[in-house]
This record gives sequence, C-alpha cells and structure tokens, in this order.
Amino acid sequence: MRGESAESTRRSPEDEDPPYLYPDYVATRLRAPRQPLVSVPHTLTGPAFGEGVVGELDHDLTRQHEGEPIGQRIVVSGRLLDSDGRAIRNQLVEIWQANAAGRYVHEVDQHPAPLDPNFTGAGRCLTDEDGRYRFITIKPGSYPWQNHDNAWRPAHIHFSVFGRAFTDRLVTQMYFPDDPLFDHDPIFQSVRDAAARQRMVSRFDLALTEPDWAHGFAFDIVVGGAGATPLEH
Amino acid sequence: MVPPAGPTPSQTVGPFFSFALLHTIGNELVPPSTPGAIRIEGTVTDGSGDAVPDAMVELWQADAEGRYPDAADARGFTGLGRSGTEDGGRFTFTTMKPGVVRSADGAPQAPHVDVAVFARGLLKHLVTRIYFPDEVEANAADPFLSSLDPADAATLVAVPDGDGFRFDIRLQGDRQTVFLAV
Repeated sequence: MRGESAESTRRSPEDEDPPYLYPDYVATRLRAPRQPLVSVPHTLTGPAFGEGVVGELDHDLTRQHEGEPIGQRIVVSGRLLDSDGRAIRNQLVEIWQANAAGRYVHEVDQHPAPLDPNFTGAGRCLTDEDGRYRFITIKPGSYPWQNHDNAWRPAHIHFSVFGRAFTDRLVTQMYFPDDPLFDHDPIFQSVRDAAARQRMVSRFDLALTEPDWAHGFAFDIVVGGAGATPLEH
Repeated sequence: MVPPAGPTPSQTVGPFFSFALLHTIGNELVPPSTPGAIRIEGTVTDGSGDAVPDAMVELWQADAEGRYPDAADARGFTGLGRSGTEDGGRFTFTTMKPGVVRSADGAPQAPHVDVAVFARGLLKHLVTRIYFPDEVEANAADPFLSSLDPADAATLVAVPDGDGFRFDIRLQGDRQTVFLAV
C-alpha cells in the first residue's frame, strides 16, 4: 500500500550531483532557477506499477522490428539499489538512446547520420526480486551537438528510474568505459566529484557477455540518500 | 559485485526523450469522461520568458479521497502522469482533484499535486507543487504553503481556467516558480 510515510530527504553531498547552473553547459544559463530551493518534508512514496506496464519484448531493443538493428549487440544489466545497498524490487526502469550511427528517432534530431529502420531505441522493464534489470540493445554512437565548437557527446544510454520515494526519482545517463570524450563533455563534467562521475560509467563485464553473441556492461543504480527509505504502511 | 559507494548522479533528460517516456505514461490520469475530471494546463518558460518546448512535466498525486493508489488499483489510476511541452511549451493533463493527504505527523495538508520538471538544460529535475485556488481555507492552514512569503506562495497556486486550472512554470526570472529541495 502506498501512502504518506516517514519523512525522507535525498542527502547528496554538493559535488556528487550536478548544480543547476553550469555555464559550460550553455542550456543551463536560461533554465537553471536562480532563487534558492525551498525545503519541505517530502513523504510521498514511489508509484506502484502492475505487470501490465511492460510488454514482453520491451527490454529487448533488438527485437522490436522486422529485422535486427545494425551495431554492436550489447547486454546492459545491473541492480537498482537504495543507499543501504538494498534491492528495489518491481520498479520501472526506462531507457532511450541513439542508434549505432549516433542518431535518435526523435524528429528534432537532424544530425546527418542514418536512421535505422530496425531500431527505435526505447526500452523498459521492471526490476526483479533482486532489484535487477536487464536490457539487450546495440551500442549507441557518439553524436555532435551545438553547445560549443566541435562538441560531441560521449556515447550514452539515458536511464529513468523510480525508487521507493518521490525523492528517489532519478534520470541519468550511463556511459561506456574509457570514453575519450569525457574530458570534453560539460554534461559529464557537471558532476564535480570524480568518484561520483565514475558511478555513471558502466563496467565491461565478461560474466554478462553472451558467447558468440553480445558484449555485456554492468551498471548499478543507487537512488536516494541516507534515510531516504520510508516505511510502508 | 560490490555496490557503488554512493548515489548515482543525475544527468539531464536531454532533448530527445519523448519517443520513449511519453508513451506508456500519458497525460490522462483518468479518462476525460470520468465524473469530476479536471484539466490542468500551463506553460513552461525560461529566464527570457521564452517557451520551453522540450520539457517533460510529471504529476504525482493522490486520488479524490486522498489515497495513493497501489499496483492493484481497480480503476487503473496510478497517480502518475506525464506531459511533453512540444506545443509551444504547453503541457496539459486530465486528472482528478486530489483530496486531503496527511503528513507524516498526521497533520492535514491542503490538496496538492507534486510536480517534477525535466528538460534539456536541467541537469537535475525540478520539483514543485500545485495547490488549488478553491481551497482558500485549507491553503491558509497548510503548514508549508503558509510558511512562504505570499508572493512566493502565489507561484504555487493554480488559477481557475474554464473547466480546469492553469499553472505556469517559470524556471527563472521575475516571479520564478518556487522549487523545492529534494
């Protein structure tokens, strides 16, 4: 049963989350609020999703069309955890990404790279009893953007997750190991703490690879700060 | 595998999310034909007063009795909705007006909807609340709303608009919407 419960606040040290205003990322200049945020106890629990929210093939981005998409097939899997390392079960994980050429299906994306008729780039699943999710997809390409001269985003997969509480809500991006674009990307660099930045980088994991078929990348997601776990009632 | 040593940082939703995020969770929290259904709409604007056409607004709310639904809700009401703002920065929802929800200490809160705003240029989402203009007494008694400077509180109260309510979200500048720490 969902409901209001013990107070929870996300306690993330300053440099472990990005600031709203990060001028190197130009779009923050007119969109970051300038008045201080106001504290209020948030007691709302996360949404409850039934099985029906996810279709059988929603986790497999390589099987949503007639043919297979072009690109390096990969398995991306990990666990959704609270700050105490406890599994968050039955919660919705949504991903979206560019195709292997670095192009999104979105109509506003005019990057002159080919669309792939066999790839949409959207997936969703519910975490299992261990808080685990698993997607099959292709490795996204890097793409240029207009933030500054010769700007390229490191390859990434967008993640949207829910936790136990409203304050656990998280949208982030999963990066790939050792990307040479990290040093040049203001979105990645907006997280000032180096160790925190590394928590957005997936790990190549031989145990997740499928022999003769796909590479595997591990990416655990931790939501909420200390005390962010409300009691159920 | 050893779990990471801290929370996963937030990153922007970027400009290209609509094909993934706006399909399974839509902007009708209840069917429009539902008795008592209301419309909530508004515009997201930036520090220049220009419309933000690539934001996503999420509503989180209780039902008319002040209850948050569980996964087995027979009405299919999840209390969660999403709207894009492709139409000139404008978002729109069909929902039910929430009832009184009690806070952790049991005190009644004025009916309100929690709001999360995501956009290109927002490295973390913003959180705010919609209160209702026809709840004058409850709003005056609400511990949070009444603690704010009146001009700030006014940014959190929707205005009547036909058969619904209008709630504009100003990210920056004069009369910036009050955003809440999470």
